[in-house]
Amino acid sequence: MLPIAALVWASREKGLHAFWSVATAPEAIAALKLSLGAAVVVSLVNALLGTVTAWVLVRDEFRGKGVVNAVIDLPFALPTIVAGLTLLALYGPKSPVGINVAFTRTAIVLALLFVTLPFVVRTVQPVLHELDRESEEAARSLGADELRVFRSIVLPNILPGILSGVALAFARAVGEIGALVLISGNLPFKTEAASVFVFTHIQSGDQAGAAAVAVVMLAISFAVLLAIGGLRFLATRHERA
Amino acid sequence: MHRRLGLRFVALGYLLVVLVGPLAMVFYRAFDSGLGRLWDSLSDPNTVHAFRITLELAAIAVPLNTIFGVVCALAIVRRRFPGAGVVNAIVDLPLAISPVVVGLSLFLLYGRTGWFGHWFQAHGVQILFALPSMAIASVFVSMPFVAREVVPTLREVGDEQEQAAHTLGAGGWTTFWRITLPSIRWAVIYGVVLTTARCLGEYGAVAVVSGNIEGRTQTATLRVQDAYENFNAAGAYGISLVLAVLSVIVLIAMTLLKPKEEAA
Amino acid sequence: MSMNKTYKVTVLAGVLLALILAAGATAASRSTNLSLVGYSTPKSVMGKIIQAWQKTPGGDGVSFNQSYGASTDQARAVANGLKADLVFLSTGDDVNLLVDAGLVDTKWNRQSYDGVGADTVAVFAVRNGNPKHIKGWNDLVRSGIQVVTPNPFSSGSAKWNILAAYGAQRRLGKTDKQATAYVKQLFQHVVSQDTSGRNATNTFLAGKGDVLLTYESEAINSRLNGQDIQYVIPRQTMLIELPIAVLKDSSNKDKANQFIRFVKGDTAQDLFAQYGFRPVNPKVAKRYADKYPARPGIFRIDDKIIGGWRNADRIWFDPNKGRMVAIEHAVGGPTSG
Repeated sequence: MLPIAALVWASREKGLHAFWSVATAPEAIAALKLSLGAAVVVSLVNALLGTVTAWVLVRDEFRGKGVVNAVIDLPFALPTIVAGLTLLALYGPKSPVGINVAFTRTAIVLALLFVTLPFVVRTVQPVLHELDRESEEAARSLGADELRVFRSIVLPNILPGILSGVALAFARAVGEIGALVLISGNLPFKTEAASVFVFTHIQSGDQAGAAAVAVVMLAISFAVLLAIGGLRFLATRHERA
Repeated sequence: MHRRLGLRFVALGYLLVVLVGPLAMVFYRAFDSGLGRLWDSLSDPNTVHAFRITLELAAIAVPLNTIFGVVCALAIVRRRFPGAGVVNAIVDLPLAISPVVVGLSLFLLYGRTGWFGHWFQAHGVQILFALPSMAIASVFVSMPFVAREVVPTLREVGDEQEQAAHTLGAGGWTTFWRITLPSIRWAVIYGVVLTTARCLGEYGAVAVVSGNIEGRTQTATLRVQDAYENFNAAGAYGISLVLAVLSVIVLIAMTLLKPKEEAA
Repeated sequence: MSMNKTYKVTVLAGVLLALILAAGATAASRSTNLSLVGYSTPKSVMGKIIQAWQKTPGGDGVSFNQSYGASTDQARAVANGLKADLVFLSTGDDVNLLVDAGLVDTKWNRQSYDGVGADTVAVFAVRNGNPKHIKGWNDLVRSGIQVVTPNPFSSGSAKWNILAAYGAQRRLGKTDKQATAYVKQLFQHVVSQDTSGRNATNTFLAGKGDVLLTYESEAINSRLNGQDIQYVIPRQTMLIELPIAVLKDSSNKDKANQFIRFVKGDTAQDLFAQYGFRPVNPKVAKRYADKYPARPGIFRIDDKIIGGWRNADRIWFDPNKGRMVAIEHAVGGPTSG
């Protein structure tokens, strides 16, 4: 199994010669920019709304909360191509709610939001759960308003959770293929994500081009892994201290 | 009070738009073309075969990754060896790598002009465009889950019991089966559920290496795309329905197992 | 108890590993099995033709593996090791790809009907009622008209479209230079370049563009599958010849050739006509003359104005010096597929 990591290295060798020219080809750069841009947008949305969702799930009580909590994991369980298909059905040409964003960048963001939804929620939830309410109560009794309490007490504690969730969401968003294949129509330069670029270039025999972009994606993945590892280290250092 | 309701509204609204709406569409569209067409497309022999292939791949990947995951977790947590951190990172690798990159690597390695491709071609063994490459892809993308679930549990459980067993004269294997394994069993089961879900849903890596041969190397997920592109909406949504139902079962399993896993 | 389990686990792992390798080695263990690799549109009609052949003594007992996808992608897959006994692709260009890879005989197009299994023509797919009144090639470059066509570096369909556009101008009396300028002008109106003809069709059906450059067979195929699509056949259009060829290293060459002969025979050609293709068999073609109107300005790939696939490839689609590279650069389109 681990030789797989070595064969990933193989993809570098192939593109070494024309690597730079191929990797900086306008179409490749556009695809990478799109993927990175979309990933950033999606990560920010997740950071915000994911935290809100986690908050609601931990601190709020309402009927059906258990079901909602379970549904969060749906993107983990559902095949991505099904996700793409249903998003197309809901927000595409035959949409029952009259929204047609198929083959646009909005569609890409929507699809990526779906597949990355659980990450921040699930990394923040346990931290929020464990959080000791006493400091918050103390701050409130000292006259701090809700926002202050959140900013000074809660946020610093859940920040590592948010960040590691964001890192995972980011990596996932950059690499996602199944949900994008049907809905993004890959107009080169406009709605072609890096993953779709690699996919179509493999199939049309442009292995050098595909490998070049794949290597960049790989570099991003490694960077994200380092970030997660670093965060993990920081988090456990907290505990050890 | 207002803030609470407001937050709740935002969260639920977000989930509705991004999550629940699409899921409902699968059910709606699948039955939209009528039960007859739905049954026809699902009972098509190529569709049945596609499900079979998907299950076969899972049957290969899940046991292998379960064994690998447990062994890895044991090595990382119990044996403090230099490079344990690296192994930990490598195990997480498939989570960060795009499936198409995985597919491309296999392509470069086992294609006709690839590093190993020549040797295999000469011996008449088909790796690419056949099950072996699809199996390798499935194994790789579903690799991390068991290990990731077992590692924290193993850490928490601690090894006092194992040490006690050791001093009482129990051998390695006995200790493992009688003490270690039972203490991590819920984590392992949870990991297996996640691994299975990942295998069933795999698209990118398999799409690159399979050749999409109907009745041979076309998985259920590939068939969804194929049906959609061939204007066979009933087929696409029908297969998606089955996959969605399977996902919901997985989801229920995850929900039921999680508290047990966290308690252990 | 524990030893038993250990043993079982080890055996299980070993069996699984053996299964993986065995699955790979059972490539061709059946007696007569033909692997057909085709492009996407003929999927339904080939299914019917295969069934019809299996009812004849020649095809009795022969089983098929079928794979369909974008023509050039499929050709490349075969070149990369995808097992095939015969291919049915959308351009001779893609078959030449296999010739160059040493997989198909160089004389493949000396077979009956020049190695072609069926024909179709280049058409314009338009919105319901043709609101923009698109009738001919000059309408495509009117102000504001948006055109959908696939990426010529990955799609066979796109190549036909470009050569049809060029050839039409030549047939109207324009010079080589003028006709090339037209193609450039056309591409300034192109708003989407998908990887394959099928993807382009889906993009158009999803609401993008005013007109889709496609095959008549693809438009009819979409209609047969319940899609609401209208098409117009321009007066000057290109005959799209869809090649079918046997692979040199096929282990069932005789059977494959037998099947190809069946494909060119009455029964199969009739089925083709029912599914939107123009028969190459002149007898059958006459029967369907109403359904497939002739066009006075029709021209072929081997006509002097185009000069055959090798020539067209060199002039237009060479990835470095082809005319399309310059045109795509000028309009900001893709220069690779």
